[in-house]
Amino acid sequence: MTVPAQKPVRKLSMKQRYSALTHDLDWTPTYVTEEQVFPHTTFEGIKVHDWSKWDDPFRLTVEAYNKYQAEKDRRLYAVLDGFAQSQGQLGLTDARYMNAMKIFLQGIPIHEYDAHRNFAYLARYANGPGARFAALCQSLDELRHAQTEIHTLSHYNKHFDGMHDWHKWSDRVWYLSVPKSFFEDALTAGPFEWLIAIGFSFEYLLTNLLFVPFMSGAAFNGDLPTMTFGFSAQSDESRHMTLGLEAIKFMLEQDEDNLPIVQDWLDKWFWRGYRLISLVAGMMDYMLPKRVMSWKEAFELYFEEQMLGGLFKDLEYYGIKPPRHVDWAIGEKEILSHQVYWILYQYSHAAAFSTTIPDAEDQAWLEQAYPETWPVYRDTVWNKAQRVMDEGGRYFNPGLPQLCTVCQIPMGFTEPGDPLTQCQRQSVYEGERYDFCSDGCQWIFDREPVKYRQSWLPVHQIFQGNCGGPTLPDVAAWYGLQPGDGAEYLGSPDHQNWLAWHGQAPQEG
Amino acid sequence: MSVSAEPRPVGVDLQENEENRALVEAIEADNEDLNIRHMPGMIRLTKNGRLVINQASVEARLGRPWETHEFQLAIISYFGEFVEWDDDQIVIAWNH
Ligand SMILES: [Fe+2]
Ligand SMILES: [Fe+2]
Ligand SMILES: [Zn+2]
Repeated sequence: MTVPAQKPVRKLSMKQRYSALTHDLDWTPTYVTEEQVFPHTTFEGIKVHDWSKWDDPFRLTVEAYNKYQAEKDRRLYAVLDGFAQSQGQLGLTDARYMNAMKIFLQGIPIHEYDAHRNFAYLARYANGPGARFAALCQSLDELRHAQTEIHTLSHYNKHFDGMHDWHKWSDRVWYLSVPKSFFEDALTAGPFEWLIAIGFSFEYLLTNLLFVPFMSGAAFNGDLPTMTFGFSAQSDESRHMTLGLEAIKFMLEQDEDNLPIVQDWLDKWFWRGYRLISLVAGMMDYMLPKRVMSWKEAFELYFEEQMLGGLFKDLEYYGIKPPRHVDWAIGEKEILSHQVYWILYQYSHAAAFSTTIPDAEDQAWLEQAYPETWPVYRDTVWNKAQRVMDEGGRYFNPGLPQLCTVCQIPMGFTEPGDPLTQCQRQSVYEGERYDFCSDGCQWIFDREPVKYRQSWLPVHQIFQGNCGGPTLPDVAAWYGLQPGDGAEYLGSPDHQNWLAWHGQAPQEG
Repeated sequence: MSVSAEPRPVGVDLQENEENRALVEAIEADNEDLNIRHMPGMIRLTKNGRLVINQASVEARLGRPWETHEFQLAIISYFGEFVEWDDDQIVIAWNH
């Protein structure tokens, strides 16, 4: 008797597996109409003829997703654990470094959570199975990002000020209203605009600037947890970038009428996102004791070369043009970080991070990174701030700044080509005047005044009596700030602790 | 509609660590004229036209099976498009 040789079971190819476990699980409803099941995908005017055309180039299935995400978390938590166990915070370049991390960790986790929520919504309400499954994965990713950032923060919170009330701060404090208004603007848009806002404009176009040089900077400054959660989040981000790119191409391929709508959203969200990450410019150039690259270099590499030189050539095929106001952004690359950090410096007495004048080493670096523009700011503002310090004071702006109605950053940006003249734009809508930092923000307002007139502007709220009272101590108390959270870095509790920790370290034999 | 004549650069940023060394070597071997830039914690690989990652090359250097999904553990960012992501190969290029 012969036993037939066992034929090996033929495994499905990646393509077949993906198809079987996503597209093939879909069905067409018969008791109800498609419009009843998916009621939110028509009101924005985007026309879709065939949802099955939406594919995920990663060809990810639930099984593969779980397997690799579990591995990412395993690796990340091993690093966080080792860092805590070995008192890794002592190995940072300087406690001053933490100020950049504070802004990040105060401002971002809650919006990772927002992203989690809205992608969960898309995982239910997008008509096509390809879009729904990719959105489901991203929803879980964003929840993971919120969690890993909070875990990183919880270790640092044991050792540094400026971490204890991040959640409350992100709802109340002036500079944190910048990311809050950005994400809530996107959350309150329709599903397709959300995809262009977050998936495409923020994640594909701009997050490289937020994460890559910044996380590499964390690695350079001994901040292993941030480097690791950052890179771990970025590995998910490459899927999110793909979803964003898939989304824009899908809309453009489905119907020619979608082009002007998509272009408009792209113009809006490029500028919204660019203004948001201008905070990163200040952090990169002024708040990292050791820098990997300047904002200007990162902007050239990750935006001008990759996006304008690469991506937009590709999108030209569909009739897409580079974003409106992109030239304004390019024109600012030499001055953006100087202006942002000066804003942060003069208002840090009302913030949960501290700042200080660039020291000699910083100044030498700034001089070589920005040979044309650094001397202007050194001479006009920093030398004066130094004189105040030399006389035993510290310059803080005693007034409340006017905020841009759209980006919510204090008005400190300048006219194109003229770095010493403040830019101020105004629009009047139904008898009320609104102010803006730039043509970009004004254009966004003028397109949707009914939306932006509702902006929760921290300074207006203080004046309206909604923030604990009229004086700075009243507002600081309402913010939940404690002494040591903000103001000048030199002499702060973080600085003194840092010196004490290192003074007490055992001498090297 | 226009199709650009010049091949434009595409690229990937990968975490630079021991786990990814074989992967980086495989990419170097399979892509002529690859540009490499080291930054703290990461390595940036760019190339004009198409960048290819072959499962067989990675496995040969790693000495164990490697599925292309595993590339997700290494990648930090990329530019271009994943025009191909299959069992045996990943290709990054621009579409138009
Ligand atoms: Fe995220
Ligand atoms: Fe994301
Ligand atoms: Zn603005």
